[in-house]
Amino acid sequence: MNETSLNISIREVTKKYDQFYALKDVSLEINSGEFMTLLGPSGSGKTTLLMVLAGFTNPDYGSVKFGDEEVILKPPHLRGIGMVFQNYALFPHMTVEQNVGYPQKLRGVSAAETKRSVEEALSTVKLEGLGHRGINELSGGQRQRVALARAIVFKPKILLMDEPLSALDKKLREEMQIELRQLHDTLNMTTVYVTHDQKEALTMSDRITVINDGELMQLGTPNEIYEHPNNHFIADFIGESSLLPVAVRNGKASLNGEEITLAEKTEKSGDFLLVVRPEKAFLADKKVKGSNYFMGKLIDSIFQGESQLLVVKLNSDDDDEQEVRVRVPNESVTQKALPLVGENVTIGLKVADSYVVS
Amino acid sequence: MTIAEMEKPNERGLQQVAANERLTFFGLTLPYLLMVTALIVIPVGWLFYLSFIGRDGSLSFENYERMMKSKAYIRIFLTTFKISILTTIICAAIGYPLAYFMSQLSRKWANICMIGVLIPFWTSLLVRTYAWLVLLQKKGLLNNMAIEMGLISEPIKIVHNTTGTLIGMVHIMLPFLILPLYANMRAIDKDTLKAASSLGATPTRAFWTVFFPLSLPGLLAGLLIVFVLCLGFYVTPAILGGGRVIMAAMKISSNIELYFSWGAASALGVVLLVVTGIILFIASKLVSMDQLGNR
Repeated sequence: MNETSLNISIREVTKKYDQFYALKDVSLEINSGEFMTLLGPSGSGKTTLLMVLAGFTNPDYGSVKFGDEEVILKPPHLRGIGMVFQNYALFPHMTVEQNVGYPQKLRGVSAAETKRSVEEALSTVKLEGLGHRGINELSGGQRQRVALARAIVFKPKILLMDEPLSALDKKLREEMQIELRQLHDTLNMTTVYVTHDQKEALTMSDRITVINDGELMQLGTPNEIYEHPNNHFIADFIGESSLLPVAVRNGKASLNGEEITLAEKTEKSGDFLLVVRPEKAFLADKKVKGSNYFMGKLIDSIFQGESQLLVVKLNSDDDDEQEVRVRVPNESVTQKALPLVGENVTIGLKVADSYVVS
Repeated sequence: MTIAEMEKPNERGLQQVAANERLTFFGLTLPYLLMVTALIVIPVGWLFYLSFIGRDGSLSFENYERMMKSKAYIRIFLTTFKISILTTIICAAIGYPLAYFMSQLSRKWANICMIGVLIPFWTSLLVRTYAWLVLLQKKGLLNNMAIEMGLISEPIKIVHNTTGTLIGMVHIMLPFLILPLYANMRAIDKDTLKAASSLGATPTRAFWTVFFPLSLPGLLAGLLIVFVLCLGFYVTPAILGGGRVIMAAMKISSNIELYFSWGAASALGVVLLVVTGIILFIASKLVSMDQLGNR
C-alpha cells in the first residue's frame, strides 16, 4: 500500500429488492492504484455496487474495506472518496473555482492552500484560467473536467466514476478515455469506473469485472476478457461475436455435422457455442490446413469506413438461422473485389481462434 | 434577369405561412387583450384619475396629503405591512420544511401530500374563514376542548384580533408558498447533494451549502406571491379581525361604502398598487439575478 491509494476489499455484498437481487454475494479485490472497470448492461447491478462503495446504498449484508478499515457502516461524507457522477452533479450556484474548492473548504483548508490546490486541479484537467466561469457557461466536456477536478482536488485515495463519459459525443468521449487513463497513471489513485460501453472498458482498464444480474461473471485483464470469455454472455456482450452451436461428442467437435478442430481439446461432451469474432473470420479462396471452414451465402454487405462488414448465412440443416459476421479491413482501393450479396462464400477461422463457451 | 432578381423557390408562399402564423397567435391573444384593457387598464386609469379629484370636484393632491398627515392612515399602512410580513414569515417557516419533506418523498407519496395541500386551496375562501371563526371563537371548539382538558380555566381570545387574522391568513396563503417552492425543490438534481456528501459535507452542511441556495428562487417566488396577495387581502382580516385589524383593502371599502369618498379610496388603491409594483420590481431583480447565477 502506498500513500496515494488504497486497496478495496469487497466481501459477500448482497442487496435484494423484494424478490430481485441487485447484488448477489459479490466478492472482489481491487488492488491499490488499479484502474478497475465494472462492466455490465443496464440493470446489471454495476452502479449499485459503486453506490455501495460510495455509501449511498446500504447492502443487506457484506463487507467493504478500504485498506484495512471496514467502511460499510460509515456515512458517505466520512469515506474520503472522490466521485464523478454521470450528470456531473456540479453545483450550479457556484463558479468553477467554488465548485472545485468546495471539498477543501469543508476540510478547513486555508484560503491560500485552497487557491493553490484548485489551480493545480484545474491545470491537471486542462481548465486553467476558467476558474471564474459559471457552470452554465461551460460545454459538456468542460463540465466533465470540472467534476473531475472537484473529485481529485483533495487527493482522495479512491476515485469512483459512474459512467462519466456517457453524455459526451463519440469523438470527445474517445479523447477523454485516453486522458482519464493518463490522469490515473499520473495520480495513481485506486479508480473504480462503471460503464456499459465495452470498448471504453477495454480501452481504459487494468482489469475488468463483468457483472450481470447482480452477479460477478468474469474478472480479468481486457485481453483475457476479450480473448477468453468464460461464458456465452461475456462472449456475446464483449465485441460483436457470432455464436454458433457446436456439439462435442467423445472429444470430437462438430458444427452442422461437419467436424471442426478447436484451439483447446474439450474432454467434456455436450453442447457448446463457438465464438466467431468478425475481425478473426476471413474470406477464403482455398482451404488450407490449420483453419476451420464454413460455407454460406452472403446476405448483407455494409460499408463502415475503415472496414466492410459482411453478413453470411451459413448453409445448415437446421431451421435456425446461423449468421456469421466477417470484417474485411479497408486496406487499399486496389484490393480484390468483394463478393456480391447473394453469392456463395467460404468463411475461414483459424484453429487457434476457434474456442467454445458454454 | 439575374439570379438575385429571380424569385427564390416558394419564397412568397413561406412568407405567407409565417404571416398567417403571426395572425393566428394575435387572434388567440385578442380576447385576453380586450379583457385586460376593459377590466384592468381602463378602470385603473380611471381610479388614478379619481385619486387626484378633491371633494369639491377640482384637481388636487388633497387625497394624498390627507393620507400623509392622518394618523389613522399611517396606522392602517403599518398594520397592513405588519400583518403581511408576519403572514409571509410564518408561511415560510411552516411551508419550507413541508415542501422540503414532500420533495424528498417518492412521487406517489408526494402527490398524496400535494392533494392535502390543494384540497383547502380549492375550498371557498369564505367557507374556510368562517370555519376558523367557528373553531377559534370564545365558545368555539378549540377553547372548549382546552377548558375540558384543563389546560385553561377561562376561554382565551384567539379571534377578532391579530392572532386570529394571522391564523386564517397563514392557512389561506400557505399553498401559494408551497406550490412554487415544491416545484423548485423537485427540480434540484439530487446528485448534487450526493456529490456534496461524497466530497465530505455532513447532511446539515450539504443542505445549507447546496440545497438551500438552490431552492432560493422558488422560496423568493413563493414569498413574493404571499406578500403581494396579503397586501390587498380583504375577506379574512375583515371577518377574523373583528374590526380591530384594519388593513388597506378594508379602509378602501369603508371609504366607498360609508363615506362615498371615491377620491380617498382611489388614492389608497393607487398607493397600494405602486408599493406592490415596487416590491415586484425589486424581487424580479433579485430572482433574475439569482437565476443568472443558477443556469
